[in-house]
Amino acid sequence: MKRIGIVGYSQNKIKRDAGSANEVELIMPVVHKVLETTNLTQSHIDFTCSGSCDYLQGAAFAFVEGLNAIQTYPPIKESHVEMDAAWALYESYLRILSGEAEIALVYGFGKSSPGNLDQIMSLQLDPYYVAPLSPDRVNLAGLQANSMIKAGILTREEMYLAISAASRNGLNNPNAIKIDNPSWDEYLMGEIVSSPLTKFDCSPVSDGASAMIIATEDACEKFNLSPVWIDKIGHQVDSANLGFRDLTQVKPVSDLLEKFKIDLSSIDVIESHTQFSHEVVLLSKIFNCSIEEINPSGGPLVGNVMMAAGLDAIGHTFEKLQNHSAKTGLAHAASGPCLQQNLLAYLRCDS
Amino acid sequence: MDKEQEKDYFESLISLEYNFTAGSATTRFLEAIAKGNIVGQKCPKCGAVYVPPRGSCPRDGVPTLEEIQLPDYGCIESFTVVHIPIPGNPIEPPFVSAMIRLDGANISFLHLIQEIALEDIRIGMRVKAVWKPETEWTTSLENIKWFKPTGEVDINPESLKFISS
Repeated sequence: MKRIGIVGYSQNKIKRDAGSANEVELIMPVVHKVLETTNLTQSHIDFTCSGSCDYLQGAAFAFVEGLNAIQTYPPIKESHVEMDAAWALYESYLRILSGEAEIALVYGFGKSSPGNLDQIMSLQLDPYYVAPLSPDRVNLAGLQANSMIKAGILTREEMYLAISAASRNGLNNPNAIKIDNPSWDEYLMGEIVSSPLTKFDCSPVSDGASAMIIATEDACEKFNLSPVWIDKIGHQVDSANLGFRDLTQVKPVSDLLEKFKIDLSSIDVIESHTQFSHEVVLLSKIFNCSIEEINPSGGPLVGNVMMAAGLDAIGHTFEKLQNHSAKTGLAHAASGPCLQQNLLAYLRCDS
Repeated sequence: MDKEQEKDYFESLISLEYNFTAGSATTRFLEAIAKGNIVGQKCPKCGAVYVPPRGSCPRDGVPTLEEIQLPDYGCIESFTVVHIPIPGNPIEPPFVSAMIRLDGANISFLHLIQEIALEDIRIGMRVKAVWKPETEWTTSLENIKWFKPTGEVDINPESLKFISS
């Protein structure tokens, strides 16, 4: 099969509120940066794909405006996913595999500060039975955390560990938001947002954008690019009906791992799209690693740009492999409530 | 009342509120229009002038940082006669919505044409802004009430290509 690799990644410094900057002004710098670091121009890009959510901007077809950030003349081939840009990466990967393109640009952006993110995310739920009840995303995450506690697979100590690890790791990530690292007592006294989740357990509302370029082996040789290979990539979705799911598990991730047939103990770096502390605990167990080991970037708890945070997990894994501090990496992206839909990408360097 | 009882459904209205941000380029445009000035931005690569500016050239994908003062006159690039009332729109039909291409700009924006019989409106016709009284100015393109013909010689529509090069 055709080998496809990531050759560049760029991310804005994540902000809680990007102020007057609009989406185009957030996207432009990361697209320019990723083209610059790969020494490519838009004319080398055969396919462009973005990930965003119009509900964040509150305007129909708002994603089209995002195209103002990139060079579209002569006309380009492009597409969009109304989900995390990790899935824009997946679409680009398939387009390249099918022979439609050699080099693809992927970008994701989200400015969550203008609206009420918790309310907005509840609109992704089943419109007949669940959305009219307006459970917000933290309520649903709380349900999942509660079922884990009841099943005896989650403790407050583990959730606290996830927060401290994220806060510590975030200090080494220049693009991360600085979050509080509460003491154990402060954590226990923390204001409950949706039981058992405190404000410390939830990722911050974030504004930002990220961009990535992927290319075939031939294109890498032609343009002297140093790729990190996407060895395996896949995604799987659980039922949209929360009542049909066992919230103490993430079946799509377990299934994908089985399909990938990779030895988890041999993986050097794991980045996961975990937006709440209990999700960090849940996935670290599935990935068979410690809570301190997962998400060396700090993960979404130190910056959770909607529709880009999944691509960022892949991007941060890529960076570790690109600077040779790791040889193999596993990145995880999620979509939907309570880790409903999941994407895994297994990355590898040439040894 | 009977009809009400027949309902076997309920309406569940959802509304969301946003703090809209125009972006830094459009913010500067709106601040200028509040003082009666029309400010566009020029692409450093292709030289196209955008008004209202969005902060980027979608043709070249680069920021448009140079600001250009534009006049309040130009020509009609395209137009349509609206006969059907639009809900919530205070303007009585029939009226004319036109794409106005200001002199020195490479793109047009939508505005009204008045002070002329509908059948006399033509593509290429020279028009000039009619402003509201200064005391009513806000950060809105509605500071211009409408555009009216100047009576000058029409512009050849062929010359209205986006860019000549």
